[in-house]
Amino acid sequence: MSDPAGPRNTVGRARRRVDGRAKVTGATRFADDVVLPRTVHCKLLRSSVPHGTIRSIDVSKAEAHPGVLLVLTGKDFPIPFGILPVSQDEDPLCRDRVRFVGDPVAAIVARDEATAFDALDLIDVDYEILPTRATPLEAYENPSPRIHEYGEEGNVHKRVSFRFGDTDEAFAASDHVFEDVFFFQGNTHLPIEQHASIAAPDPDGKLTIWSSTQVPHYLHRALARALDMPAAHIRVVACPNGGGFGGKTDPFNHEIVVAKAAMILGRPVKIALNREEVFYCHRGRHPVLMKFKTGVRSDGTITAMHLKTFIDGGAYGSYGVASTFYTGALQTVTYRIPRYRFEACRMFTNKPPCGPKRGHGTPQPRFGQEVQLDKIAEALSLDPADLRLSIVERPGTVTANYMHVQTIGLADCIASVVRRSDWKTRFRKLPHGRGLGLACSSYLSGAGLPIYWNKLPHSGVQLKLDRSGGVTAFCGATEVGQGSDDVLVNIVAEILGIDPLDVRYVTGDTDLTPVDLGSYSSRVTLMMGNAAIQAAERARDLLAGAVSKKLEVPASRLVFSERRVFDAEDPGRGVTFQEAVVLAETELGTLGTTGSYTPPRSPARYKGGGVGPSPTYSYTACVVEVDVDPVTGWIRVPKVWIAHDIGRALNPVLARGQVEGSVYMGLGEALMEEQTFRRLPPRLSPALVHKFPSMLEYKSPTSLDMPEVDTELIEHPDPRGPFGAKEVGQGPLLPVMPAVANAVYDAVGVRIDEVPITPEKILRALDDLAKGKPGRYGPESFPEIRYPEPMLVPTPWEGGDGNAVNDPERQRAAKME
Amino acid sequence: MPLLQLSLEINGEPVETAVAPYKTLLEVLREDLGLTGTKHGCELGECGACAVLVDGQPVLSCLVVAAACEGRRVETVEGMAGRDGALHPLQAAFADLGGAQCGYCTPAILLTARKLLETNPEPTRDEIADALSGNLCRCTGYNQIFEAVEEAAARLRASR
Repeated sequence: MSDPAGPRNTVGRARRRVDGRAKVTGATRFADDVVLPRTVHCKLLRSSVPHGTIRSIDVSKAEAHPGVLLVLTGKDFPIPFGILPVSQDEDPLCRDRVRFVGDPVAAIVARDEATAFDALDLIDVDYEILPTRATPLEAYENPSPRIHEYGEEGNVHKRVSFRFGDTDEAFAASDHVFEDVFFFQGNTHLPIEQHASIAAPDPDGKLTIWSSTQVPHYLHRALARALDMPAAHIRVVACPNGGGFGGKTDPFNHEIVVAKAAMILGRPVKIALNREEVFYCHRGRHPVLMKFKTGVRSDGTITAMHLKTFIDGGAYGSYGVASTFYTGALQTVTYRIPRYRFEACRMFTNKPPCGPKRGHGTPQPRFGQEVQLDKIAEALSLDPADLRLSIVERPGTVTANYMHVQTIGLADCIASVVRRSDWKTRFRKLPHGRGLGLACSSYLSGAGLPIYWNKLPHSGVQLKLDRSGGVTAFCGATEVGQGSDDVLVNIVAEILGIDPLDVRYVTGDTDLTPVDLGSYSSRVTLMMGNAAIQAAERARDLLAGAVSKKLEVPASRLVFSERRVFDAEDPGRGVTFQEAVVLAETELGTLGTTGSYTPPRSPARYKGGGVGPSPTYSYTACVVEVDVDPVTGWIRVPKVWIAHDIGRALNPVLARGQVEGSVYMGLGEALMEEQTFRRLPPRLSPALVHKFPSMLEYKSPTSLDMPEVDTELIEHPDPRGPFGAKEVGQGPLLPVMPAVANAVYDAVGVRIDEVPITPEKILRALDDLAKGKPGRYGPESFPEIRYPEPMLVPTPWEGGDGNAVNDPERQRAAKME
Repeated sequence: MPLLQLSLEINGEPVETAVAPYKTLLEVLREDLGLTGTKHGCELGECGACAVLVDGQPVLSCLVVAAACEGRRVETVEGMAGRDGALHPLQAAFADLGGAQCGYCTPAILLTARKLLETNPEPTRDEIADALSGNLCRCTGYNQIFEAVEEAAARLRASR
């Protein structure tokens, strides 16, 4: 879908991003920067108990407090909401049940924030305490009381089970079978911008909300549902996000509450969450316990893999059903795995809900897979880089679980980091305490299916051109820092041959822009980019037709470049871009074009096969060097080498920023970040509370912790990407955590089979090693979980067609025919 | 609570205002004076997003009571560019080299870096990391920020 002549104007050039000036002058208008006359302020009262029923709420004192304009409770919101159609399990304000410390139970709107805050103390809530389920195993072993009345059974939210080919037979025929258990602790996005929203009634009685959301379209749907208003009467404006990372991808309680309050009061209502509340919004990385069983031949060829995951979902569904599938969907797209079995189980617990954080469900199993591969290489006396190179998946393959690999630059990525890190002369040869570790990964360039079933485009772009020579691009995509506005403008400017700064852009506004599903699943560059190409090429064709008549040159010979349209064979013969627009508007009337993108159909036809397919996958390889002090266990990372198969970098400055930002966030997850909880002393309180809902104590890397990153972008254009581009925002995070674990083993000879990898865990493993034990820190066992009978899906090389052979629904349908 | 009269200088302009006595400098800048370029990330002095210069020194405006700024000189990101719209070399380098992604921590980092370059025109990478260690950035991984500060330092030295 790219210009066969290749880009010539702006694509591929390192440039200042189109929104760069706004970001360095403080002019970017984030949600809390939106100021409207007569605004009043909202605060939420949040549950102080982790699990209970609400016997009664007395708001009379709060209502009587001077300056308080409105108090809302659960009874004002009869309709629940949620991001996925299958888990509409959240109330804007809890109606009868609270499920974690931080669950919102009441809202106060007052003349100012301080008054609203003071009035929170005047609300009396009488809770009947229910038993708290702090861990997934506790929730599994205690099915009653149920945290939710829906789900599989007890506190099991979602269970899945697949078998792609006969794995038992393959294990029996393997030279070696490796079994390892890993744990990935939960962590959170920690965007520096706290969530904020301001809602206001429009003069004609409609509603507008400005919000820090990554998904204006999905928020639009949730508001229409929860407020019982026609979607056409609601306008959602996604302000540029001050960091999202997946944490602003759900519709949130506070957004619905201020929208309702604005409609009741007839004036703007604003809410700005404090930092503690941001920790309660969460939707971050699911804690995942996992067991990998992998069969190999003596040369390292994988014969089969069986992966089990056990997932801590927290108190609500969020994206959890998708997350559950994602803990096993992408194991097959990096290395050839001819037979694959995957079982997963997500539990409800009384903690803030987990959801999609950068990598969504896939970094946890990627950690286990890449650490286990390191162990396999060690056991088989193979170099871990050579082992991986020998098993890299081939381009164009449909994998055992029917993921369709397109271009794959993983071998080049591995070769790049091996060369630059001097791997061959340094791995296993550095002095004690120093080590190198290697790991790889892959990620989606956009989810192949939307979160609600439809056959509509995933992204739409409109262009308006007029006699001024001005071009305006409209798209629902949302700028969260990644540079989506720059991608849009870059592509339009490339095709029309104008400067990116000539283009105006309007994005993330459900009234003004065509739908784009949002900034998640690394979908924006590929999907919006392809829609932008279509819209811009249609505009170029309109102009070319008019210019062709004027110059008497075939349209196919016209070049659009440097704000001119000219004859390729006689570049002096041409018109300015503005003259071209005037010619076209004169001939055709008012000018406008549209472009759309819908992903190609996936070969995965089995139920549950909708999670994992993508138009194409990105690939990454990473080498991390560590310096471990064997006395203190302290870990320092002096350098990271990373190579990312991006297809093509549309703006290399921004692409590199995404890679290195991913490395940073990955190092945080590897070494320090954890969202953990503690029970208060039972005689004082039943509460299960967040250990440290503050930025000081939730440790994240500072400028002093960040190593040098040596980045290489591997550019083999992918035919499905705009100008060949694939994703870059998430994939490069994934290999960092396992590469750190593998480097720690190279440095001091201990295996830390869980993240974060802390000095304490290293010391414990070193102690064990000194006592002649295995020198490993990590989970000892995987619990007995009742997974369903597997859905049996024959692989493509066993005559499979992507369908399950034992899907009960299909069998029923077949009988009826 | 009666309002408090406050006179101070902001970005070179004298400002007279009346503020609630409990308000922080951050709140007065953003809410009373409409200078929303200064950001908040925690209001507890932990993230660094609200840093401004007071009498030339970086301070966390969320921890300073506005009343304590009587007669003092405050500089915010809105005052960094020149009258003709020319970006400060730090701003230009951050925009060109990927120093700002979401842009939320950027105003505070620009001001902190400006103070660094005023006292140390040729800082080492370690000195830059040290100066910015109180400003959390979740997007960039800091390396492009370091490069932007180094580039701006070079441009400033060349223009002297």
